[in-house]
Amino acid sequence: MAFSATTKIIQPMCINSARSPDKSDTCTKLLSPSSFLGSNNKQFSINKTISPLSRRSATVVAVSSDVVKKKKVQSNPASNLLITKEEGLELYEDMILGRAFEDMCAQMYYRGKMFGFVHLYNGQEAVSTGFIKLLGNRDCVVSTYRDHVHALSKGVPARAVMSELFGKTTGCCRGQGGSMHMFSKEHNVLGGFAFIGEGIPVATGAAFTSKYRREALKEDCDDVTLAFFGDGTCNNGQFFECLNMAALWKLPIVFVVENNLWAIGMSHLRATSDPQIWKKGPAFGMPGVHVDGMDVLKVREVAKEAITRARRGEGPTLVECETYRFRGHSLADPDELRDPAEKAHYATRDPITALKKYVMENSLASEAELTAIEKKIEEVVEEAVEFADKSPVPARSQLLENVFADPRGFGIGPDGKYRCEDPKFTEGTAQL
Amino acid sequence: MLRIIKQRLAYNGLPAPTLEQGIRVIASRAYSTAKEMTVREALNSAIDEEMSADPKVFIMGEEVGEYQGAYKISKGLLDKYGPERVLDTPITEAGFAGIGVGAAYYGLRPVIEFMTFNFSMQAIDHIINSAAKSNYMSAGQISVPIVFRGPNGAAAGVGAQHSHCYAAWYSSCPGLKVLAPYSSEDARGLLKAAIRDPDPVVFLENELLYGESFPVSAEALDSSFCLPIGKAKIEREGKDVTITAFSKMVGYALQAAEILAKEGINAEVINLRSIRPLDRSTINASVRKTNRLVTIEEGFPQHGVGAEICASILEESFEYLDAPVERIAGADVPMPYAANLERMAVPQIEDIVRAAKRACYKSSLLAATA
Repeated sequence: MAFSATTKIIQPMCINSARSPDKSDTCTKLLSPSSFLGSNNKQFSINKTISPLSRRSATVVAVSSDVVKKKKVQSNPASNLLITKEEGLELYEDMILGRAFEDMCAQMYYRGKMFGFVHLYNGQEAVSTGFIKLLGNRDCVVSTYRDHVHALSKGVPARAVMSELFGKTTGCCRGQGGSMHMFSKEHNVLGGFAFIGEGIPVATGAAFTSKYRREALKEDCDDVTLAFFGDGTCNNGQFFECLNMAALWKLPIVFVVENNLWAIGMSHLRATSDPQIWKKGPAFGMPGVHVDGMDVLKVREVAKEAITRARRGEGPTLVECETYRFRGHSLADPDELRDPAEKAHYATRDPITALKKYVMENSLASEAELTAIEKKIEEVVEEAVEFADKSPVPARSQLLENVFADPRGFGIGPDGKYRCEDPKFTEGTAQL
Repeated sequence: MLRIIKQRLAYNGLPAPTLEQGIRVIASRAYSTAKEMTVREALNSAIDEEMSADPKVFIMGEEVGEYQGAYKISKGLLDKYGPERVLDTPITEAGFAGIGVGAAYYGLRPVIEFMTFNFSMQAIDHIINSAAKSNYMSAGQISVPIVFRGPNGAAAGVGAQHSHCYAAWYSSCPGLKVLAPYSSEDARGLLKAAIRDPDPVVFLENELLYGESFPVSAEALDSSFCLPIGKAKIEREGKDVTITAFSKMVGYALQAAEILAKEGINAEVINLRSIRPLDRSTINASVRKTNRLVTIEEGFPQHGVGAEICASILEESFEYLDAPVERIAGADVPMPYAANLERMAVPQIEDIVRAAKRACYKSSLLAATA
């Protein structure tokens, strides 16, 4: 079944293998020096010609950012808008929350309230909002260390995330996880993994559970899992292993690549033999889609298709979102290797400004309503900081709690009885 | 005359008020040159000198080239030796560790950098199965002159997946040599020895020590300077209790020894330097002299380095022990993120002092005996 476009006019173009000239045009445009510049020190000329697509049973789809943009500007009838007013405001609020929260994190880090590794998501909000706002509560999200905004979009309260970052006991993981390990059972956020690539098999497992529940346990389950990861991860073995298994077993998962072109200081072009990540999907038998990750509406359209596909049981999709992080890899990264021209180019494509423009141009909401949202979010974030500040640090006894779910794991105490039968068993064996 | 040198400890973004009191007193050795070097510079110079001496040495890892090293250990090497010998890799630990092992099979001398040893778990199959066991499985035909290096153990506030100490895991495997330097001299000498060694070496550094300065002798600055693998160093001579430690814990042990000296306990501090092969003779000789032992490590207690040292003492010097061996290790929990919990999960100087006093029966809980 081809990855079909919906019937609206302003849609990501569905380009099958017959129309390769069109696509290679797009591809060349993607790789031209004006789009992104890769390594500063050595100019890498992309010598390889784009090979024509071989005819495969799985359709390859690519969404050309510039082509769709052109179309959108020309035809503008109100009935053909991609979103309603409520949806527009919801998306705007979520992106503003992500941006304001991350900016506050930076401030708090430099004031010493936050420590360790903090990886901020500025610039990539369209991907998180575009995908996660389409999910239900029971759908799962798995992420990497750049996970604050994924957790926020999924519904984890800002105060819980902020307290976690401060290391307080009211955080979503009681201060034990930290910035890179956001877990929430209630909102089905499965983490937060420090090693890139580590989250992908975990997400595949969550998707497997969904399928298992439906087929082996005969429950009514159509939960979908989203796995978020970056361009650097796409060179890791685990990624390929999971693409294979997800396609083989038709798991309800969407692999979302947040291709921000840089893995710390390693440009994607320097690290990857074939930089077009979406191509790796069809190699394993699933559709591979490329979308402009700086435009939340395009992301949302592609996400709708991919998630619906997964829910219908048709299997996984690989979505490559071309996006950019405005800040360094983490707050400890001096960010010297990226070309300022590249940064400036992407700053003009800020997803929040783009959505604001769209909403105002199509008269979906007034400036006042959007400003009201910004103020509201400002208050939410400040309240989160106050809450985190006032929260207590974890108690000493918390050090030894939650190592095992089964307390009998602590074994037998010096008096010969199970430690778990001792009323003070959670204190463990160390002297506090 | 005692020369007092104040140590500046650089920690990433974490205020460290308690460490301002770290004052190093150099009594026994007065370095006339008094040249100081950070551990980072020591490692950088060691790799630099080895690469210039032997064209078969190359360094491979994430961000070692253009980024100048994730922790700036390989700073300047790309400019000096070019991209053929300083290779930036994609994020594929299993892949590039395996490539390194293959290159070592064929006679090159790779230095594989893991951004932290936590990431080496993705490559551990190659470290153990391809590198460590090859010389044995091939009956000596294939030796693997490779060095796997990177920061190991806890840093500051980096959470459970970035703070694991791998000394015990790697040291349990025959065929590997495992080194853990403390000072700059250790770092230089041991890394040079590791690169020249024909066997696979796991070189466990510590991120928090990179910025610390230590005095280096003129001998250590010489480009042919090497420290023997398998020999521990007695950092401080004493007669009441032996304290063994490696990596960052040596610094803590030395500070604890100062505190104990004021209370009349003269501690002998051994810097293990080499975890495999473990210098059992030095440790046993020391325990036979002092009759009491405290082992310190940052890693988890079960099956740790301290457990092996205890076993070694029991096997060889049992009659010499006057008190049970005190084993100090990190808390038996994954490293928590919250700052106060993290401090409790890693051994602190007070823990060492308490344990040493217990070993000397000078703690307040037991009856005091001189």
